Amino acid sequence: MTLNEIKDILQAEVLTCNSDMNMTVERGCSSDLMSDVLAFSKPGALLITGLTNEAAIRTAEVANVKAIIFVRGKRPNSKAVTLAEEKKIPLLATNLPMFEACGRLYEKGLRGLLNAK
Amino acid sequence: MNAKKTTEGVFFLTGKDFANAGVASSELKAMLEKMGIDHDIVRRAAIASFEAEMNVIIYTPAGMMRYEITPDYLKVVFEDMGPGIEDVELAMTEGYSTASDEIREMGFGSGMGLPNIKKNTDELKIASIPGIGTTLEFVIKMKEGKA
Repeated sequence: MTLNEIKDILQAEVLTCNSDMNMTVERGCSSDLMSDVLAFSKPGALLITGLTNEAAIRTAEVANVKAIIFVRGKRPNSKAVTLAEEKKIPLLATNLPMFEACGRLYEKGLRGLLNAK
Repeated sequence: MNAKKTTEGVFFLTGKDFANAGVASSELKAMLEKMGIDHDIVRRAAIASFEAEMNVIIYTPAGMMRYEITPDYLKVVFEDMGPGIEDVELAMTEGYSTASDEIREMGFGSGMGLPNIKKNTDELKIASIPGIGTTLEFVIKMKEGKA
């Protein structure tokens, strides 16, 4: 699934400049706890989170998360956006709550990390 | 693995400096990637280092992170200025945490930090004196997989 498709499914806004919206992600993980992301995510995953600080961007970088979707209408500050642009991690934001966002993506074919290599 | 010799360095960490939290681990990750080290090893090293770095920034006034990259292993040592860990064994338990609500709101303090470090490294040593400080040292082997 491409980021462009994800943007349409979630009626999301793209927050970063020069993002590769044709980038594809096959799997997603959702959490507001960054240690859980570090423990359970897989390289190349999409992160769906309500945590909008710079630590979320650093966590994505460390865990090789490809892109982040912020849910519940939350928006990161400009420093977090700049850091994400620097690290080439596209950021999107949707007003949908986390459960709804995950459900819509799953319905359209994005899978979780269960049995992911 | 293209590192032919030992590379060493140190980063200084300041407690509660959340704006720079993760910078040291990010730089270590970039260095390992530049050396052409296996992606899985780089990811494990970055996760372990980031968790340990966050612990220093969240819980202590200050600390330092020293690293040593050789053709055989990566060793990273974190030394901090307290407050120390009362019961290291308990702190290693998944889900155990002494973090404040403020830290939890930042997405940390779920009690997965030390278990995450152990999971991603080949050797982990923690020595702590309550009231004085903690030294955490981990080693990741370059050639073999996790033991």
